[in-house]
Amino acid sequence: MSGKFVVAYDGSPASKRALDFAAERAVANDATLVVTHVLEWSPYSFLTPTEIEERHKRRTDELERAEKALMAPVVAELSDKGVKNETVIKYGHIADTLCKVVKDTGATQMFVGRDGQGAFSARVFGSVAGSLVQIAPVPCTIVP
Amino acid sequence: MSRLPILLTLFVTMLGSLAGPAMAQSIDEKVNQIFANSTGWFVSFIFSPFPGTSFPWIVAWLVVAATVFTFYFMFIQFRAFPHSIALVKGDYSDPDDAGEVSHFQALATALSGTVGLGNIAGVAVAVGIGGPGATFWMILAGLMGMASKFTECTLGVKYRNEYADGTVSGGPMYYLTKGFAERSLPGGRFLAILFSIFCILGALGGGNMFQANQAHAQITNVVGDYPGWITGVIFAGIVFAVIVGGLQSIAKVTEKIVPIMGVLYVATALIILLVNYDKIGWAFGQIFGGAFTGLGVAGGMVGALIQGFKRAAFSNEAGVGSAAIAHSAVRTKEPITEGFVSLLEPFIDTVVICTMTALVIIITGQLMVNPDTGLYMLNEAGSAIATVDGNSGVALTSAAFSSTFGWFKYVLAIAVILFAFSTMISWSYYGLKAWTYLFGEGKSKELVFKIIFCIFVVIGAAASLGPVIDFSDAAIFAMAVVNIIGLYFLMPVVKRELESYLTRLKTGEIKRFKA
Repeated sequence: MSGKFVVAYDGSPASKRALDFAAERAVANDATLVVTHVLEWSPYSFLTPTEIEERHKRRTDELERAEKALMAPVVAELSDKGVKNETVIKYGHIADTLCKVVKDTGATQMFVGRDGQGAFSARVFGSVAGSLVQIAPVPCTIVP
Repeated sequence: MSRLPILLTLFVTMLGSLAGPAMAQSIDEKVNQIFANSTGWFVSFIFSPFPGTSFPWIVAWLVVAATVFTFYFMFIQFRAFPHSIALVKGDYSDPDDAGEVSHFQALATALSGTVGLGNIAGVAVAVGIGGPGATFWMILAGLMGMASKFTECTLGVKYRNEYADGTVSGGPMYYLTKGFAERSLPGGRFLAILFSIFCILGALGGGNMFQANQAHAQITNVVGDYPGWITGVIFAGIVFAVIVGGLQSIAKVTEKIVPIMGVLYVATALIILLVNYDKIGWAFGQIFGGAFTGLGVAGGMVGALIQGFKRAAFSNEAGVGSAAIAHSAVRTKEPITEGFVSLLEPFIDTVVICTMTALVIIITGQLMVNPDTGLYMLNEAGSAIATVDGNSGVALTSAAFSSTFGWFKYVLAIAVILFAFSTMISWSYYGLKAWTYLFGEGKSKELVFKIIFCIFVVIGAAASLGPVIDFSDAAIFAMAVVNIIGLYFLMPVVKRELESYLTRLKTGEIKRFKA
């Protein structure tokens, strides 16, 4: 079976575990791994005039940093292991954006790590894994 | 630059003359006197009436401009209203551009610069002097002003400067220079310099001193009287921390709380109106009646009209050019979309929020009516309508809201302080942009302006309301004089943009991303 698997990656230990887990599955299934990094962003947040002026520059910097510092080592590592891969960097609400990437790429499975935040903060702020359980459009594996 | 040391010396001298061993209260008096003496000529020039009438030429200037733009763009403020809402909701935003400033953010930031004391204190001043009828003219001016705002913000984006590092600078000074050059018109550079000078004065006046002054009035209203310079020094310290110290976190917190306060303000006003629903019809009767007869206010109908128009312009800043600076930093492929978004500002600011304030003041019966004649009674000086407790400005609004909810004066005090603060931060940015246009970009040049700005916070808090409000109005209207001349010459550019955009919207070339 070939196809695409989406894995969420932000450089954290939890997302690294998800990446390793997904990579194994991708090799076994001859699938392409879509390594996705979402930068949290709401178009409805409030900015000061100075922040508005600098926004484009910051966005450019953030994308460049994500590409170089975060994605480049992963791509090198996956390619070494012989895992077919591509990368996506997007801005938006993390869970929503991951689902959108799944739809856009036509992926058949998705993988996310779980950082095991406290029950209280998860209740207040919600968690990415928790949201995905509710809204994932394809089977979603949560890697502890 | 030789101008900088001269300016600095001037302000150091001014401060020095204040810092004598005088009693606290007399520092306030001294500030007030120096201030009134040094700005009087400018105020009387801007507000000089047409010969033989009492109608200030500047008010006519703004209203004529708003009317011209309304007709020239065929009532764009009503035609484009639904499309503006769709843009703010993000229906036309490309998801791939996520992470850039959204239309909503641009609108929210521009609004937090305009929604403020104009809506709370300014309206109280207008209704206090011009009577309920001033509200009618204020709403009318707000609706017309939407067309002015549309014009200037479109131009602000179209002619901004984009720098290699990705930052942008825009505003009237840039479209006056570049737009005039593009159309081979003379005088663009001269107008741009003039605008920048007035913009700096406006930033120090309405964007700073008026805010500090009314914030102090509001605090004393709650905790009791104490010298204004103390409030001034505290405020100046916080503003300094943000604009010089780069503590964006303080500004960020304010930016978040201000919209909540705005919603809370409107919601409370709505509740007060609902509680007094039986008087709403009467209140509108007073507004329409007063609009054409004056109902006994000083200056009659013309008095009501002048107050309404003045306060609307001061509150929503349409035609002034400040919003063009705020909106120009937004990245968009279509400059006209910023125009569409910005036309919502006068609507939210004036037609919604200002009208709420006016209705609450009228409905809660703060203005004293002579029961025999049905006309409003004037105070002893004959300059304004007598109020129940002799209040004016922000204290009048506070009394009106507190008559229904006793605790509201504390909420209002906090709201006023936050509004004042966020308006100061916005105007420090506008003033800075004008300053760097005149003197060039550079850390030390920017620092000079920022320090001057902080000094004026202290002066504003210490001076009394009359001279401050006169100077604030005068400086902001002076910006409008220059800006509107530019808008007249450049409005064909906006028309071209508008027609091209509307055609492409119709043919589907401009895509809707969200259903």
